[in-house]
Amino acid sequence: MATATAAPVDERIKNLGVTRQLLARPEIGALLGAVVVFAFFAVQSSVFRSGAGVANWLDPASTLGIMAIPVALLMIGGEFDLSAGVMVGTVGLTIGLLTGQYGMNTWGALVIALALALALGFFNGYLVVRTKLPSFIITLGTFLMLQGLNLGVTKAVTDTVQADAIDTAPAYRPAYDIFASTVSVGGVEFRVTILWWIALTALATWVLLRTRFGNWIFSVGGNVQAARSVGVPAARTKVVLFMTTAAGAWLVGTMSALRLTSIQANTGIGEELIYIVAAVIGGCLLTGGFGSAVGASLGALIFGMVQQGIVYLGWDSDWFKFFLGAMLLLAVFTNQFVRRLAEESRR
Amino acid sequence: MRKSRRLLSALVLIPLALTALTACQGGKKNEAKTTPGTSGGYTFAVVTHGGSGDAFWTVVKNGAMAAGKQMGDKVTYSSSGDPQQQSQLIDAAVNQKVDGLVVSMANPDALKSSVTKAVAAGIPVITINSGAEDSAAFGAIAHVGQDETVAGKGAGDKLGSMGAHHVLCVIHEAGNVGLEQRCAGAKAGLTGGTVENLQVDLNNPQAAQSTIQAKLQSDKSVDGVLTLNAQVASFAVAAVKGAGSKAKVATFDLNTDVAKAVESGDIAFAVDQQQYTQGYLPIVLLTLYKQNLNTLGGGQPILTGPGFVTKDNAAQVEALTEKGTR
Repeated sequence: MATATAAPVDERIKNLGVTRQLLARPEIGALLGAVVVFAFFAVQSSVFRSGAGVANWLDPASTLGIMAIPVALLMIGGEFDLSAGVMVGTVGLTIGLLTGQYGMNTWGALVIALALALALGFFNGYLVVRTKLPSFIITLGTFLMLQGLNLGVTKAVTDTVQADAIDTAPAYRPAYDIFASTVSVGGVEFRVTILWWIALTALATWVLLRTRFGNWIFSVGGNVQAARSVGVPAARTKVVLFMTTAAGAWLVGTMSALRLTSIQANTGIGEELIYIVAAVIGGCLLTGGFGSAVGASLGALIFGMVQQGIVYLGWDSDWFKFFLGAMLLLAVFTNQFVRRLAEESRR
Repeated sequence: MRKSRRLLSALVLIPLALTALTACQGGKKNEAKTTPGTSGGYTFAVVTHGGSGDAFWTVVKNGAMAAGKQMGDKVTYSSSGDPQQQSQLIDAAVNQKVDGLVVSMANPDALKSSVTKAVAAGIPVITINSGAEDSAAFGAIAHVGQDETVAGKGAGDKLGSMGAHHVLCVIHEAGNVGLEQRCAGAKAGLTGGTVENLQVDLNNPQAAQSTIQAKLQSDKSVDGVLTLNAQVASFAVAAVKGAGSKAKVATFDLNTDVAKAVESGDIAFAVDQQQYTQGYLPIVLLTLYKQNLNTLGGGQPILTGPGFVTKDNAAQVEALTEKGTR
């Protein structure tokens, strides 16, 4: 015991000072990016910085953010889910068909859709941990299957390619109020989805940084063998992460269905990559083990600001994807620089 | 330490470079804004559900832009195939207090709240292309488009008169109600025959062609193929040749290749909804409304089609498609 006092301080728990600690955070690059993007658009467009403008760009950012958070957690845990986007459509269509076609109570439809989503998430997770195949392949399979299922079932039931009349079901109104309504702040209508987004960011951050499950996520994404040997239930952690992503898809699908009151069979296709983009801009590593929920939310925020900002500046929308791609590259370069900087300053 | 300082400076430079890069873009736009107005001087926003780079919608955009130039109005064009994103684009236009709004409504329910919000804000709205049934109910001053069912019926009728009994209706966008209406219309128009729907992916031309070809090979009774998009029509022609089938190909919408194929007889006819006018007319109508309170159509849709392109007029139309106006 006496020798312990003489031992040098463990470098892992060494006090690094505020600046260095800040630089080591995964979301610092995204934060910097968000500030630059906001300043860039706000200077040029007065509508962009007005209350109505802010409400407008927070709207797409919020639903994207709600998906980007669980996708980021899953990526920190070392896996991908390519079926996340189309699962939003599956949930929306399930709700749409149950309420609009069969006249089911909205709450009942939401519960059934949630059960379905969780089952799909479990299916993804179970297959990944059982077969040890890359999640990229497994969820690509689910992605394609759901895409076909969405169209096939919708057409079989409705004879068209959309499920509508969602607002005619019993208990539509209270469900709409919770998931899809707007909240008036100073005469400007903000989407209630923004509140959900902020709350989920806080919740996910708490789970990641303050709970045992959060530690498990980092450890299974960092080195799954090492995690197992110290007693982390790696398989269970990953399955829960896939189910969390599915729950996110349920939430966004619900919001979409209740807001639009009709939902198309092709909803959500292609969105899965956007979720991953948001998470990566937010500092998640594709290799797992590193990232943050706040970062993913900031990534979604950047995305929302650029998407609507381009409209406010009146740019040719043909170029939108180009800017998005360029921004993604800049964001990951910045992240890499910051990370190297942080690692160097530790030495 | 020195290395980290270099990295730090790079870090500061990147966002600056980004700002500079994008600022150039912004500057270019401001130039366009100062084009001297001739008569209008209004700002109109066109928000559609067409994918960017889609041949059809590029012509619509060309029409809107040309009208804007002639009327002296500033026209902005944005689009998203996702209804929720499209509604957000409409919200953005309303925030900017544009003088008029042109919206294509492939999914009217999803756009209802945004369109009615625009109307409530006192912005005149004209709907185009799809959504004729809901246009007036949402408060739009006019609808400019083609009635999909009527057009489909016309196509089915024409195919029937050419001796087709078993027609394949090729759908290239899963989830587009208008396309389903065209096929349903064709079914109604083709008296005494059957219409079968076939799903292909427009983003994967090779696969689309082989899907059609496989269908033709496996079912020899198919004697007509109706495609709903000009690009798909070219795949269908290749598929018919590849399968050694005698099926007649007809298509919705036009491009240069289709016009050429109609001329050479590979495609029997093309149903043209003259989408240039769906971009052009709303800008003219909005300008007239703003200056003179004119409303056209009397609550009925202003139909831009179906016009038929057959062997007789294909050569003239072909010259026009090359200009991006047909």
